[in-house]
This record gives sequence, C-alpha cells and structure tokens, in this order.
Amino acid sequence: MSPDSFPNSFSNPDLKVASLISVGQHPKSGRARRASQDARAVELGLKMAGSSSRLIHVGGGDETGLRQYLGMGLPEITLLEADGRADAVPILVRHLKEQPADIVLTGIHAERGEASGMVPYLLAEYLGWPIVPRIADIQKVEEGFAEVLQALPRGQRRLLRVSLPFIATVDNAAPDARQYAFGPARRGLMDGVAVDAPVDETRLEWQESPAKPRPKRLNVVKAKSAADRFKAATAKPQGQGGKVIRDGTDREKAEAIMELLIAEGVVR
Amino acid sequence: MTDIPRRDPRTEWILRNRLHPQYDEMVAVNSGPVRGPTGLLRKNPHAVGFIGPNGIKRIDRSAGLTGGAGGLSSRAKGRSAQAEVELPMHRVEQPDFYVAVVVDLAGGRLSSHDKDVLGQAHQLVKAAEGEGAVVAVALGEAREANFDKAGADRMVHLTEVYGQSLTGYCPEHKLAVLEAVESELAPRYWLFPDSVHGGADLGSRLAARLSERPVVHAWQVDADHSVCRGGSQLTDWHRPTARVILLAEECALPIDETRHEAKPIELASIPKVTPRIEDLGQVEVDPSKIALGEAEFILSAGNGVRDWSQFHEVATALGATEGASRVAVDDGNMPRFRQVGATGTWVTARVYVAVGISGAIQHMQGIGRCDKVVAINLDDGCDMIKRADLSVIGNSQGILGELLRLAESRQSGTELESPKATAESTEEDRHVA
Repeated sequence: MSPDSFPNSFSNPDLKVASLISVGQHPKSGRARRASQDARAVELGLKMAGSSSRLIHVGGGDETGLRQYLGMGLPEITLLEADGRADAVPILVRHLKEQPADIVLTGIHAERGEASGMVPYLLAEYLGWPIVPRIADIQKVEEGFAEVLQALPRGQRRLLRVSLPFIATVDNAAPDARQYAFGPARRGLMDGVAVDAPVDETRLEWQESPAKPRPKRLNVVKAKSAADRFKAATAKPQGQGGKVIRDGTDREKAEAIMELLIAEGVVR
Repeated sequence: MTDIPRRDPRTEWILRNRLHPQYDEMVAVNSGPVRGPTGLLRKNPHAVGFIGPNGIKRIDRSAGLTGGAGGLSSRAKGRSAQAEVELPMHRVEQPDFYVAVVVDLAGGRLSSHDKDVLGQAHQLVKAAEGEGAVVAVALGEAREANFDKAGADRMVHLTEVYGQSLTGYCPEHKLAVLEAVESELAPRYWLFPDSVHGGADLGSRLAARLSERPVVHAWQVDADHSVCRGGSQLTDWHRPTARVILLAEECALPIDETRHEAKPIELASIPKVTPRIEDLGQVEVDPSKIALGEAEFILSAGNGVRDWSQFHEVATALGATEGASRVAVDDGNMPRFRQVGATGTWVTARVYVAVGISGAIQHMQGIGRCDKVVAINLDDGCDMIKRADLSVIGNSQGILGELLRLAESRQSGTELESPKATAESTEEDRHVA
C-alpha cells in the first residue's frame, strides 16, 4: 500500500475500501433485508472506490438479505461461511490481515441479535487501527490521511482528520443507499469460503426473548404530608409566565430577544 | 427478666405535669415511640405543636405549605424551610470498592441520562457487600454541574491532558484517562450512558481495551443479572451483568434524597498517547437542511407574519431552522414539512421563537419539549405568551426588522448596543429560567 499515490478525487479504484455487511430485518414485519446502516456504508464505499470496493460478510449465506447489497451494483460478496453461533471478530481480523484495506466501513449496530456495536471497536483494537464512529461522509483522502465528517446530534457535523487505515461506522445521517436492482442482485457472486470459527460460548448462556415494553417513568410526588399530596394532585402547575415586554421601542424588544439567543448560545 | 412492661408511676406523674421542674428531662428520655402496658403505641398529644407568642399552644398542620400569609410562626417557618434545603450528607470514608461512572457532560451539563446512570451506580453499590464509592469521571468543561446532588462520592474531573483540551472530540486521550483510573482505582463496575453524546463510543473503546464483554443498551441492571435491548428494539437479552455496562435512558431513578461529597481524586499518572484522530472543529451546517424534529434553534412563523421574505431573511441571518404553524402552511406560505405541532413535527429545539403564533393546543403539544420559548405577538393574552419564557408584545414586522439589523451588525462585527443594559437583561433572562 502506498497511501501517497491517492489523488484527491473520488471513485478511486486504488483505494481499498471494504464494507462489513450484515443481514437486517424489517422493523415491523421482521423480514430479512439489507440493514439500513450497512447499506449506507456500502453506498459510501461505492462513492469512494466505485465497484472495486469489497463486501465482506461472516455467517451463513442468508440469500434474500445479502443479495440486496449485490443489487446495488457490486459484482460479489466475500462470504466467510461460519456457524450462526460463531464469533465474527477473529475471522474478520484474520481476513483483514490477509487482504488489507485502507478504509473499513460498517453500520453502528446490527439489526438482529445482540446489536452491541462492538465488532468495529474490537477489530480496531486487534488491528491497531483508529476507529471513527458515526460518520456522515468522507470528504477527501490524501497523503495517508482522510477528512471525515462525523454526525453529531441535532444535525450538526464535525470534521475529523484520521490516518489511514481506519475503521468507520456510518450514521443514519449519511446519504441514503441507492435502490437495489433485481437482476444484478441475482447475478452477483456469493461464493462462500468455509472458515473455522470458534463458537461464542458465553453467548450461548444468554436468553433471548421478545422485547417487553419498558415501564414508563411516572412523576412520583414525594410528599411528606397529606396536604402536600392533595396539592400536587389538584393544583394547576404555576405558569412561571416568563418576562413580558409590553412597552418600549421595537429596537429594545429586538435587543431583549437577541440577548436571550446569545445567552443560550444559539447565535454565535 | 420477664418482658412484662414495668410502669414507673413517678415518671408518669412527672410526664403528666408540664410545669414540673424535671418535665423536660423526662420527655427527653422518653422521646421516641412510647408503648403502653399492652404494647399499644401511645401518642403524646402534648408533644405536638409549639407555644405561640401569647403563651397559647399552636399546632401547625399545614407543614409549611401555605405561602406564609401570617398563620405560621417564624419558628415553624424556619424549620420547614430548612427541611427543604438541607439534604442529608452521604459520606464514604474508606471505600472498599469503587464504581466508576463516566458522564457525558453534553454541553457541559449533567443530562438526565447522566443522572440516571449515577442513580444506577448507587443501586449497584447498595446491593454489594461492604462500602462502595461512586466515582464520577467528568472529562471536559463543566458548567453548573451539581455533582454532589447527582450522587458523586468521588470525582475525577479533568479539562485537559498534556495541554490537549478534553472538550472537543479526543477519544484516545479520554481512553488514556480511563485507563489511568482503571489502574489506580480498579473499579468494580464501569458505567456509561449509552448515548450519542460520546458515552457509547467511549464505553465501547474501554471495553475493547480491557477485553471485557460489555452489557449494552441495558435497561434493567442488578448485581448479577441484566436485561438489554437487542437489535431494532425487537428483542430482550437476559444475561449476567458484566464489568462494563452501557445503560439506556431511564435505567434507574436519579439520586434526589441525599447529598454526596464529590471529593476530587488526583490521578498519579496518565499514559501519554499520540492521537491518530484530529478534531478540526464543527462545520457550519445549513440550518434549512437540518430536520425540523432535531433542530436546535427554530424560528417559527404563524398567522401574524405578513412579510414572508423578511421572515426568511431573519431566519438566515440568525442561522435558525424555519418552522410554521398550521395556518401558515394551509395558506401556502410555508411547505408542509415545516409544520410544527401535533399534526406536523414534534420538535425538540432548545430555543423556539414563535412569531405571530397565538398557540393552538396542537401547536403547544408540538413544542412541549422545547426548553426556551420566545414569543412575538400582538395579543398579550394568548396561550403562547403564557408558555413563553420571554414574550414581546408588538408588531412582528417591526421587531423582525430590528432583529435582522441586529443580527447583521453582529455578523459584520459592529456592536451597536450599550454593554450595561445587555448584562442586566441577560441576568434577568436567567432568573426567568
């Protein structure tokens, strides 16, 4: 790998981008589909390296879910066939050491199973690479560094500079994945390579059950006396009724508003 | 010894006589629950109340709730006021073990999620044998963070490491600090809020570094057993509790009955790291591209707005996301996806400026989660004015025009206002909050 040779433009076939993909599920019907964050990661990979970006999946080949990724315009999936109970991390570490990549993209959480979101972190730890969580875009790659746009809450963005190779998880704020086409999805290659994978023993002891609705937190009034409780139950919450400015010129009124906006830090 | 209660007639005789010289001593000795000869709990009716200024006994049954209009004596008032303020102090002198809580400090403040996690930490401490202390690890600047009331027995508070400020995005430095805490205190549990503000990221990093398998999205945790939400919120995983725990929101009740010491702990040494991720700062985002539901600052227009081009200019100058009431949308002045309210988008803005919106109930529901509401309206009796933290009565066009001029002068760097008036009104705004 010679990172210096990457020119500052995209769809760069020299850049080795790999996307780790998983089978998602529809939130209502539970039907297998491409996972939405993983699909965004594939979309970003397509933007970065065109159709030379790789798709890697560990597990049994669930046809319907995985083929949707192929329908996005990629010729094949590297399918590392392992038992459903296997631990994906050692397999991926071995694979990424054999066939290195510059950028590894994946979703934040899986849509099935435990969905701990730990796989990218463990890979980063074992490979010794940096990890950037929740990215929205990769702006440029040059001289062994990438400028990455990280998604923050409330639609904000942060620019980070990270050295190659790195792992990134793709946020829902990233551009939507393109629609998949049926024909390419059918034609794409999905040849499994059987790998020996240790079974994840600890996980076998856990129990999985359908999600129970979480109890809503109630506003418990901690009243010491009956009068207190009565008041809490009946009294109308006192409208704190903020400051009201009736008199003065428009100028003064506008200044009062501006002060509040500055004090709250929304106007810089 | 038999357990037949023995009566002491002389003591009883003294206790019956309030004027007896030994009465006070006897009451002091016999205070607490008094049992009658049959074991029945006896109430001493003379012990309640106090002697008023005229020598007449007064019993205050309002528990200090009536606004002090004159019925209360000063003594009773003082007592109830004290009871409200002074929470009992929870002290841990020699902790047997530690539970570390890494708080997000989003915006420098303890969020409700952070407080819930601290509450969970205290539950874990209570369930364990021995005396434990909750260490709050706060990395970055803190503003009005009441760590003592939130339940921190010990504090590790750092704002910079080796000249690198911890306020921006620097997970590698933060991880180094956590590793130093791990090697010095060896906490029994590491608790993180499973949040987008950095808690989930840092928790996963630490778990990977310590080779611990973390409990993630945990919403019910005790010493042995945790319940976690699985992928797509569709499954629950029942599993043993691990050392590193990433907790969902509302996992436990926050601490509200005790104060804590928040005693600072100095870390002896923090490993030095060369960061591979460099923070280049936040990027200017076009506010009109931010989804209305997650925008931080919304300028919303209603029926009272006449000059729409001026409204759009003000929104651009202030850097606000635009919103609208239903009327404005129905009249075709704003697109449908800008509508705020029960029938449109439920917004979560920190600051919401309502221009010419009187506040239909559907609209008020939609802005229920906004922190600060500013209203500009002609009618000073409308519902929006009652809800707003700052209300300005007047014609929206004139006020928006002045606001536009102020914003533009601010951008060009020329200050127009007098600084003294500025400071005072800011102070008042804070009191209003």
